[in-house]
Amino acid sequence: MPPLVKRLASAIGLLVAVLVLNFLLIQMAPGDPVEVIVGEMGGASEELIARLRAEYGLDKPVIVQLGLYLSKVVTGDFGYSYYFNQPVLGLILQRLPATILLVVSSLMIAVVVGTLMGIYSARKPKGLLSHFVTIFSLVGYAAPVFWTGLMLLILFASVFPIFPVSGMQNVRGSETWIGAVLDVLHHLVLPSVTLASIYIATYSRLSRASMLDVLGSDYIRTARAKGLNERRVIFGHALRNGLIPVVTMVGLQFGQLFAGAVLVETVFNWPGLGRLAYESILRRDYPTILAILFFSAILVMVANILTDLAYGKIDPRIGGSRRKAPKPKGAAQ
Amino acid sequence: MKLFKTSTLAGALALGLSAGFTPAVADTLVVGTTQTPRHFNGAIQSGIATFMATAQVFASPLKYDAEWNPEPYLAESWETSEDGLTVTLNLRDGVTFHDGEPLTSADVKFSIETIKENHPFQTMLAPVTEVETPDDLTVVIHLANPHPALMLAMSPALMPIIPEHVYGEGNIQENPANLSPVGSGPFKFVEYQQGDFYRLEKNEDFFLDGLPKMDEVIVQIIGDQANLTLSAERGDVDMVPFMSAIRDVQRLEKADGVSVSDDGYDAVGPLNWIAFNTQKPPFDDVRVRQAIGYAMNKDFILERLLGGVAKTSVGPITATSPMATDEVETYDFDLEKAAALLDEAGLAPDADGVRFTATMDFIPGMAEMGRNMAEYMRTQLRPLGIEVEVRTAPDFPTWAQRIASYDFDMTEDSVYNWGDPVIGVHRTYLTSNIREGVIWSNTQQYSNPEVDALLEQAAVETDPEARAELYKEFQQIVVADAPILFINEVPFYTAYNDSLTGLPQTIWGAVSPWDEVEWTE
Repeated sequence: MPPLVKRLASAIGLLVAVLVLNFLLIQMAPGDPVEVIVGEMGGASEELIARLRAEYGLDKPVIVQLGLYLSKVVTGDFGYSYYFNQPVLGLILQRLPATILLVVSSLMIAVVVGTLMGIYSARKPKGLLSHFVTIFSLVGYAAPVFWTGLMLLILFASVFPIFPVSGMQNVRGSETWIGAVLDVLHHLVLPSVTLASIYIATYSRLSRASMLDVLGSDYIRTARAKGLNERRVIFGHALRNGLIPVVTMVGLQFGQLFAGAVLVETVFNWPGLGRLAYESILRRDYPTILAILFFSAILVMVANILTDLAYGKIDPRIGGSRRKAPKPKGAAQ
Repeated sequence: MKLFKTSTLAGALALGLSAGFTPAVADTLVVGTTQTPRHFNGAIQSGIATFMATAQVFASPLKYDAEWNPEPYLAESWETSEDGLTVTLNLRDGVTFHDGEPLTSADVKFSIETIKENHPFQTMLAPVTEVETPDDLTVVIHLANPHPALMLAMSPALMPIIPEHVYGEGNIQENPANLSPVGSGPFKFVEYQQGDFYRLEKNEDFFLDGLPKMDEVIVQIIGDQANLTLSAERGDVDMVPFMSAIRDVQRLEKADGVSVSDDGYDAVGPLNWIAFNTQKPPFDDVRVRQAIGYAMNKDFILERLLGGVAKTSVGPITATSPMATDEVETYDFDLEKAAALLDEAGLAPDADGVRFTATMDFIPGMAEMGRNMAEYMRTQLRPLGIEVEVRTAPDFPTWAQRIASYDFDMTEDSVYNWGDPVIGVHRTYLTSNIREGVIWSNTQQYSNPEVDALLEQAAVETDPEARAELYKEFQQIVVADAPILFINEVPFYTAYNDSLTGLPQTIWGAVSPWDEVEWTE
């Protein structure tokens, strides 16, 4: 079997497992969506409750519900949200762009800032800056992300009101198109920095260790010996190898990043999938939760495939034996 | 250092960004809420989130002032027949829906029938047998028995008049107009960004002259209370209705340019109480329930736990209602009396001083009235020999399932009056409303034939004084029987920008039209 086909087959298997396991898991949680709906209505009659349960098919045995659900998903129908009263697919597509924007910008911040911090501290491992980076990383890593978010909110939205508190845009509207874009970016700063904070730590520690390793290797000594300036040595030669573990981590952590988005979106009222996930879990909105998990599984898989591709680019030796032999590192450029 | 240069640059950029935006437009009102609506059709859905939008987009036959007096709204006048069995509404002429179609008696008939059929508050319109429409502007409602509760049921939140030509086709639960409603109220619905905000604009053809004052109303949904409070403090949102988080109210009280007020909301009548499972020993003994009532220091609860922000509650009907009385047992703090009652009930302390153990639940989400109250009960009842185990629930459905399936001893609970006692009070005490699996039915499983009879009489008594007398007796019995210990009214505050006037502070608070809200200088 060609590797791509194999990959796809395992991906589909995984998606089915995601759906089935989550379906069963959700059923085990106490309470059901009708209870929530009735709760927020402030009470209802037995008849209405029975009618709602029948309407949503919740009166059928779990295994029948599962079968019905899977047969619908195959046709691309993710069902109707009990709570939000609209087709789940539309609901998710409305929320997806906000989450992608948040997650991708956090990832970029984390990789760039983390790697730079790692490089600087690797150059002078005993220096003041290096210690600062270590402390910063550990604190960033240890602090719960919602706490970091709240602290940033207090600092930069309340004490120094530089950034907005909530949402993705000013609901009062912007005058121009460019104003609207800047408005979104302005709203993006705190949530993306919050979400990035954990990963900055990971990447800085990782790139530090990796760079320390690389900087001690022979070809770097050669590069230095031939008189290249330090900048060239680091960014031209060392970084390429030093980055490999970081790239691996990016792929692995994409799923975790999404989990972090649930918290960050809730704290900053970011109208994305994460908050929708949180709200649907509280409301036992089964179709919505399942579809979100399904789509996030797809996102993580895509991220993993992209990681593999990026891997091959950075280190051609990993790309498969049929490729051309790698160029000697020292001779690059 | 390059890193520092970059961060300085980013900081400068951000500053530039924040300074570059235009301030609020003077005639836009941004309202903040933590509640996400399921949809905006109040004819088939209850709850604050839906009611708020319903009262803006739709108009109703009547509206109410701050003193429980009905005022003309869609109905210019109304009369109840001598025998109380027919109510006639004379509609205002020339009212149109937002799509330009005229509003007629047929729409009122359709709305009443839809509500009777679909609304969660079944008691509101249960006695309605037939609605007649002799002409376009006259509606005659026929009742099986006198039904004084109908008057409050005709309020903006509870009886939106929905256009038949929009909602008449197909299954109304799935009508797309539920998410883009068409009504005849002060504001037209413009758009809904799911879970983020919805936007309303002024109805230029509104039937009340000179109203509404605002050109645009945006309701921003901010699920996190702390975040919402911060937004109000900064002036990002102009008005926050239904604020009940005590620390947040206190915080906004101190904020510059923001005021808080607890006026209004009487008809919503949100009561916070401790309920017993009256079928489960030892709580099946009235003396045990009373003993716990005497063991609680209500002053401490109101002043310390609730920060002096919430009003006391002494009985099942919200204090300002014309049907309420305060001539009931008040359970003044008295530990000796409590101990004596427990002794009398045969619950002597064992060698460790423990009389019995019990669990206490609370609605998750509201720390002050929920968890803090439960913790208080634990420490407060221990000296008396009652070991309380506080049970947390991770979320609402978990709690609701425990209570509705009678898997509890004591629980904190918040239940709303919703206008007339028939709508929101009876359900908690009627024997016929002991329905397993239904939250906010009579989950205490309290049953007293005398109470059942009184409630039955009061529901059909048309003379307000005689009715209040029946309810008085009911309140005295229920408080003495103590299936529930009444603690406080859930504080509903409106936080608002100091430059706003005309706040919605009638008995329905923010679930009534915001047509008079306007900016002053």
